[in-house]
Amino acid sequence: MASERYSFSLTTFSPSGKLVQIEYALQAVAAGAPSVGIMASNGVVLATENKHKSYLYDEHSVNRVEMITGHIGMVYSGMGPDYRLLVKQARKMAQSYYLTYKEPIPVAQLVQRVANLMQEFTQSGGVRPFGVSLLICGWDNNRPYLFQCDPSGAYFAWKATAMGKNSINGKTFLEKRYNEDLELDDAVHTAILTLKEGFEGKMTPDNIEVGICDENGFRRLDPSSINDYLVNI
Amino acid sequence: MSILAYNGGCVVAMRGKDCVAIATDHRFGVQGQTIDTNFQKVFQINPQMFLGLVGLQTDILTVKDRLAFRKNLYEVRENREMTPERFAAMLSSFLYERRFGPYFVEPVVAGLDPKTSKPFICNMDLIGCPNAPDDFVVAGTCAEQLYGMCETLWKPDLEPEQLFEVIAQSMINAFDRDAISGWGATVYIIEKDKITVKTLKTRMD
Repeated sequence: MASERYSFSLTTFSPSGKLVQIEYALQAVAAGAPSVGIMASNGVVLATENKHKSYLYDEHSVNRVEMITGHIGMVYSGMGPDYRLLVKQARKMAQSYYLTYKEPIPVAQLVQRVANLMQEFTQSGGVRPFGVSLLICGWDNNRPYLFQCDPSGAYFAWKATAMGKNSINGKTFLEKRYNEDLELDDAVHTAILTLKEGFEGKMTPDNIEVGICDENGFRRLDPSSINDYLVNI
Repeated sequence: MSILAYNGGCVVAMRGKDCVAIATDHRFGVQGQTIDTNFQKVFQINPQMFLGLVGLQTDILTVKDRLAFRKNLYEVRENREMTPERFAAMLSSFLYERRFGPYFVEPVVAGLDPKTSKPFICNMDLIGCPNAPDDFVVAGTCAEQLYGMCETLWKPDLEPEQLFEVIAQSMINAFDRDAISGWGATVYIIEKDKITVKTLKTRMD
């Protein structure tokens, strides 16, 4: 078929050595809703904005913070539909690891496999790179982990970071506020403050989402406990 | 006759106090005819972990190689040593992948956890149903005799030297009642900082 000739990878090197499709994907991320991750001494927190366009919208029905397996959670900046596919695949990877080794997947292993999947979408025919960057947090080896995964398949381990809209300001803020012996409660507080930098309108428990992970595993905070943090700001 | 008993042979593993032992016979035959008298069915997988395989000889070699392949990949990917528990789980799922055309082997895993030095023993059927008790496991053409001997001689918290006597006597007296196992035996005693290998001379008929 003639059309097959044109189904090469869209991500072909430009003469200057750049992969412009990946740069575009990163722009999709930079334009996406902000998300923040902070590692504390006894856990790790993810937070993100979940703003709704209309008052009629049924909030808390679609989540941005998702659990992958008991001790791992994930959040994104960028395109929602692409994120759903990655969540589904990440959950599969976690379960298939458990099926083989009867041991929960180490966070670093899950991140490596998700990053590998994202890399494949930069080199395969007929697909485009994912328009999302992920923050993956987890707990194993008696310590917290926080990773970022980019559309190119590159991944980084952070103590604290911000992605999406306003991420530069978010990171500058975190550089000022972060210290290594932060407790989880303070980290949640700091994460919310970081989101507040450049937050348009009023922050309510209905337009942000927070997930925490500690030795007891990962969970998304319900609106009432987010409210407890918000009244203290 | 079962294909699992085509080549003959047996393996047994036992738990002691902070140690484990695994023993193999030396015979490789084709039905009644003995071909080789130095075919050991126990392989060292890691510094403190051994794998015993009885059954069809060709499958013993294949399974050993394929498991080493998977274990090596795991260890470079995760940059850590595989524990016996993980190895047994991987072995179980590996065997079940061939649920309807199985490798004709019955495996035995024995070892100490590389970090905690906790003893671990485990055996499986040919499609990977695991069994990890805290006393002993047996496999091979004289499994029934081995059960009898182990149930008689084994007791909890054996020291390494006592454990050697128990496993050696169980092995010898079991395979002397089996025509297609025997021709000598090798015993491995695995302790936290030491592995002792002892070869047993037995009846050669």
